[in-house]
Amino acid sequence: MISRRQVLALACALAAGGARATPAAMQEAISKVTGGAPVAKGRVRLEIAPLIENGNSVVLSVSVDSPMTAAEHVKAIHVFAPENPLPNMVSVYLGPRSGRARMTTRVRVADSQTIVAIAQLSDGSFWSDSAAVVVTLAACTEEVK
Amino acid sequence: MARTIVNVPARAGKGQVIEIKALVGHVMETGFRRTETGALIPRDIIRSFVCRYNGVEVFRADLHPAIAANPLIEFTTIATESGKLDFHWAGDNGFSADDSAPITIE
Amino acid sequence: MRPRALVLPLLFLASGAGADIPLAERRSGYEEMSRETRAMQDDDATNPATLWVLDGASLWESKAGADGKACADCHGDAATRMKGAAARYPRVFEGRLVNLEQRINLCRTAQQKAPAFAYESRELLALSAYLGRQSRGLPIEAATGQDAKPFLESGRAAYYRRQGQLNLACAQCHDERHGGKLAGTPIPQGQATGYPIYRLEWQGLGSLQRRLRNCMIGVRAEPYAYGSPELVELELYLMWRARGMTLETPAVRP
Repeated sequence: MISRRQVLALACALAAGGARATPAAMQEAISKVTGGAPVAKGRVRLEIAPLIENGNSVVLSVSVDSPMTAAEHVKAIHVFAPENPLPNMVSVYLGPRSGRARMTTRVRVADSQTIVAIAQLSDGSFWSDSAAVVVTLAACTEEVK
Repeated sequence: MARTIVNVPARAGKGQVIEIKALVGHVMETGFRRTETGALIPRDIIRSFVCRYNGVEVFRADLHPAIAANPLIEFTTIATESGKLDFHWAGDNGFSADDSAPITIE
Repeated sequence: MRPRALVLPLLFLASGAGADIPLAERRSGYEEMSRETRAMQDDDATNPATLWVLDGASLWESKAGADGKACADCHGDAATRMKGAAARYPRVFEGRLVNLEQRINLCRTAQQKAPAFAYESRELLALSAYLGRQSRGLPIEAATGQDAKPFLESGRAAYYRRQGQLNLACAQCHDERHGGKLAGTPIPQGQATGYPIYRLEWQGLGSLQRRLRNCMIGVRAEPYAYGSPELVELELYLMWRARGMTLETPAVRP
């Protein structure tokens, strides 16, 4: 993950290598998942701390309001970051055996941005939530081993 | 094999929704970091995680470089029958890790 | 978070009485952390440091060296026999001040007749995390004996000494300005209650010495070498400074 803290490192400047994600890249990644279908806001709850202590490891939870029955359930949850080097963060695949549509993991957040979570339902619809996060840098940088 | 830690309740009521936590030791090298001399450190990440309950897939995840090192995933499943939950991680450079936990339905 | 009032500059007495944060006012870095990061530390199932603790448990039972001896062969079950041990380091051993890592290596070379583990190696971190874990919840004990006194004074002097291009002493941030902020990050008291720690900045486990070296680089000073007397003496002073506080090893820190 490219992070601004690396640019300040004592050793040679660790410039961001390679392409940097843009909101456009994120839209493209979202389209790949939705096939261009409309994405409605709601039913999804993305939980992530608004002020992040350290962008290297940030707790992120997504839950979706769904009965999780065979007839009506969440098939997948996809999480995207418009300002990370790559837009995709994680995708999880659920089903009627999940009981609840909820997952928690720890992600890397390269910069302040608005994270997006999209849920794919069994009826083919897509729902989303987003959360704005602010990332601060570590005050004292250290050398990379 | 990399160290894994899975947390599954040993016993559950039939139909109860149980919480599972799975942690694996892995550097999750993004492929975007550089060494002090500017050389790119190649990507080395776990790409997939699967949980099977008595052989049936009940949860799957695709991981990308944005997942923090030593990935933790928490999810739920319905305690349907006694048996075994199997966990499998796979990734770059032939990475493979497995763990399992028994469950008894009372 | 409300910053604390600035403490007046300290009087540095040669006898080393110095300023000491009263036990009731000592705060672990845990208290500056977000709810989520605290939760990561509190649950062994989600604390990444547990990966190292489990490795340490395996190493404890592993035969090594010319005679194929395991730590367990002499020390038995760590949970019972090693309880309290980590809370008493650094300490004087055969006239030398040693920290826990050095004591582990002394056992490894002298008793197991096996090569010492490198500083910050996975094995040494795993064993120190495993042993530290056996003392979790216990109060940190300071080395108060006469034999430790010269080392403690040396460590104390280092804590108050300005260093580096930024010309800062540890005390200026961690005694005088704790509770304030540095570039948006809360300044902790720097109580060494949880080492080795899983630091989010490292995305891995590291020792107190690694953290101290990072601080030295932060003020643009040449960091002391791992295992150097200067670092072990500073460790001793920091553990003395944290005496009475609860050991949290292995902690999570940003």
